Amino acid sequence: MAQPAVDALSAQFQTNPPRELPTRRNTELLLLAFAAFIVTSALVLVEANQEQELTASILWLGLAYLGVLTAAHLAVRKWAPYADPVLLPCVALLNGIGLVMIHRIDLAQAEKAVQNGKDFSPDVTKQVLFTVVALALFVVVLIVVNDHRTLTRYGYTAGLIGIFALALPALLPRSLSEVNGAKVWLKLPFFSIQPGEFAKILLMIFFASFLVSKRDLFMVAGKKFLGVELPRPRDLGPILIAAFACIGILVFEKDLGSSLLFFSVILVMLYVATERAIWVVLGLAFFAVGCVIAYNLFTHVQQRVQNWIDPFADADGTGYQMVQSLFGLGTGGVGGTGLGAGRPDMVPEAATDFITAAIGEELGFIGLAAVLMLYLILAMRGMRSALAVRDTFGKLLGGGLAFTMVMQIFVVVGGVTKLIPETGITAPFLSKGGSSLLANYILVALLLRISDAARRPAARPKPQQQPQAPIAEAHTVLVQRPPAEGGASA
Amino acid sequence: MAMLVMIVLLLANATYIQVVKADDYRTDSRNARVLYDEFARRRGQIVSQANGEVLAKVDPSNDKYKFIRTYTDGAMYAPVTGYYSINYGAGGLERAEDDVLNGSDPRLFVRRLSDMVTGRDPSGGNVRLTVDPKVQKAAYDLMSSKGYTGAVVAMEPKTGRILAMVSTPSYDPNLLASHISKTQRDAWNANTAQGGPNPMLNRAISETYPPGSTLKLVTAAAALEDGKGPDTPVSNAPNTKLPNTNTTLENYGGAPCPGTTFKDALAHSCNVPFAEFAGQLGADKMKKTATNFGIGQTDLTVPMKVAGSTMGPMDSQGALYQSGIGQRDVRLTPLQDCLLAATVANNGMAMRPQLVQSILDTDLSTIEDYTPTELTGNAALSSSNAAILRDMMIASEGFTKGNGKDPALKIASKTGTAEHGTDSKNTAPHAWYTAFAPSDNPQIAVAVIVESGGNRGLAATGGTVAAEIGRAAIAAKLGGG
Repeated sequence: MAQPAVDALSAQFQTNPPRELPTRRNTELLLLAFAAFIVTSALVLVEANQEQELTASILWLGLAYLGVLTAAHLAVRKWAPYADPVLLPCVALLNGIGLVMIHRIDLAQAEKAVQNGKDFSPDVTKQVLFTVVALALFVVVLIVVNDHRTLTRYGYTAGLIGIFALALPALLPRSLSEVNGAKVWLKLPFFSIQPGEFAKILLMIFFASFLVSKRDLFMVAGKKFLGVELPRPRDLGPILIAAFACIGILVFEKDLGSSLLFFSVILVMLYVATERAIWVVLGLAFFAVGCVIAYNLFTHVQQRVQNWIDPFADADGTGYQMVQSLFGLGTGGVGGTGLGAGRPDMVPEAATDFITAAIGEELGFIGLAAVLMLYLILAMRGMRSALAVRDTFGKLLGGGLAFTMVMQIFVVVGGVTKLIPETGITAPFLSKGGSSLLANYILVALLLRISDAARRPAARPKPQQQPQAPIAEAHTVLVQRPPAEGGASA
Repeated sequence: MAMLVMIVLLLANATYIQVVKADDYRTDSRNARVLYDEFARRRGQIVSQANGEVLAKVDPSNDKYKFIRTYTDGAMYAPVTGYYSINYGAGGLERAEDDVLNGSDPRLFVRRLSDMVTGRDPSGGNVRLTVDPKVQKAAYDLMSSKGYTGAVVAMEPKTGRILAMVSTPSYDPNLLASHISKTQRDAWNANTAQGGPNPMLNRAISETYPPGSTLKLVTAAAALEDGKGPDTPVSNAPNTKLPNTNTTLENYGGAPCPGTTFKDALAHSCNVPFAEFAGQLGADKMKKTATNFGIGQTDLTVPMKVAGSTMGPMDSQGALYQSGIGQRDVRLTPLQDCLLAATVANNGMAMRPQLVQSILDTDLSTIEDYTPTELTGNAALSSSNAAILRDMMIASEGFTKGNGKDPALKIASKTGTAEHGTDSKNTAPHAWYTAFAPSDNPQIAVAVIVESGGNRGLAATGGTVAAEIGRAAIAAKLGGG
């Protein structure tokens, strides 16, 4: 449970802490430099394989990348000094690999465009711009949210905005919201955003604060059925609403991946809050029923499932993307074709939804596994911070944020490797797309804030405890000396 | 935890896709990656021996394949180079030397490694052929300008190096190498049309024909080896009855042989004496000599696979009689027919025919040179007998008609007029001519076949139809005529 007034105390003792807890900021800087080194090396490989020439500009790009990371690092050093040192380097490495892959696919696309006599504008410049903006936003979040618990105050506001943002594309006319068949966009004059990416975080904040305040609601036992305590029917309301909202996304926005993501995150947070598996079971049951209904009602869902069961049935038509993805992964094999030496551009949407297929092709199983491990480390460190933090809201929010990371990558890579139906969702930090990048940097900023709170030396030894006298004796002393104390004070 | 389980699931599935099923996916015919890779590689060139004329090369193409295969004088060299098509694969030498040309040959390994390290575009090795463009051109121009269907093979008797390999009608491999699918498809369909001229059949090595009188070289060699001499008396009867049958075998035109010795019989190509020689020698001796000429080898490659030539079963005296003059079941490829003359020219030793002179690296340094090897290791006839046979062939050339005669070329030859078909007397015969020159120091052996009499119909003979082409090829090589 939250401990009130810790802040005032901690501020007081910060100046002269009794024992120095390592902030591990130097570890972070070292890891960041390592990440920048890997990214620069990857860029060198791409250029070597694609352009057959190496220029000094690569070195500058690498240094610039390291510079931007260092700025982020300094921000962490100042505003979240006790934050987990592994989170930011993991993110930086994933982001860097994503940039290199997008650049690599750009090169292939540029070649194609030249052949077809079309104009071509590289995606990577936009993505680099987004990265800088996202890092700026990351710093802003670190500064503004100096204590994650303040977010509970805006729980309902966040929920409202979140729901609105989520529903906005569905309500808007098609011309303003649909790209490639997915109605998840908000097309603005100069750029487009996917409000769903931000709604994801807002809704998690809402749900965490909602669960903290209404936790008891979910703990009340209902009737027993087959030895399992069922919740009371009226308590099913919120989860039913959540389920319907998610199915709604699926139906109106044709975004299978996001709906799966939202629903699973809600279930996990519910489970963490109540520790009752029945919620997960019930939720999964609802979702399964919803999916079956959706499958029977909508052809695009049927097609996705068909492509999942046998993409080769229509290898040149609807299954083309899936088949090309599998071919790419197969051609890459264990070691991969080498960065810049494969043909990941043969998979449609290689820079966004299928970027992990591109990584699997050029870096092989080893590279793909390494990327998956990065996500796992990221999520595990996040989860660890969430467990270590002292307040329930922090635990729930941190757990939810960390879990989304893994859930998202599961949906993406599972879809790309034909483990689950392909859903069309971006890989956090890797995929091309500004909204995804911005939202995920906000997410990491929040995780860092929570981990900072978790590791910050809060329960420092109190001065009253220093005499270590038995309570009875202390009491005696207190009775004996009030006048002297009072006199001294005066 | 759930997160661990999910990641492990992903890893397990990725292992399945990228390790277990990887080969299936990689080699799936619908996986265009491998194909693109091969086409994107700079394929090696095919160059000729003399003056290094480039017969097949790649040009940059502004499409996903990066390079397009182009052939110089495509139709002329098509039997030599073969074709390289995106939709229809490769044929001929393009297929036989594919590993070298696409760079995957182990002999190019070091090169590939350095390509990888330096990031240079990988490229294939080059193939240098033994072909002499002058000879190829002379033979092809005559065959095609006269509209003949047939083949010409020329080789160096001492080395087995193939100087020319012509098959007409021919086709343009450039069309098959086109990156426009329709062009490819139309060309392919036209080339493979049922009942059409079948231009993609390499008649020089993939088709066998009854050799007719050119096979008398084999019978003569066997007879000489059996102790006969140039002056051995022979029957000059105009015909003879096949043993145990009522069928008669007669000389060309049913005329009596103008001479009564072995050498006269060969010079005038009398059938009766050779039929009788074969009958006396028997199947075993005939086969032994034939084998050392190369007949009967079924696994010969130059490096394209050469169809097996055969003497047939020769299981009766009648069959022996007919086989002795190159009829019945005797079937030779034009390449094998060329080997007959080449073997006599090389003092009785058949050399292994070879179309590839050397394998070259990308930078044209030689990786491997092919050294001439003997075909069977056993001489078909002794060198003294070869000299006797050579003199007979010189005499034969003297009596042979046809254009392009030039005493300066010093040709030794043998013609053939082979009956074929179910109604052989009323089907225009195949016209053969096999020769070598100069007779005192043979530089070139040549075999020509013009299917079904060329433009002469039933009246065609090897001398009137085929000889001039052979002589043109020889003249091109020796620089005369």
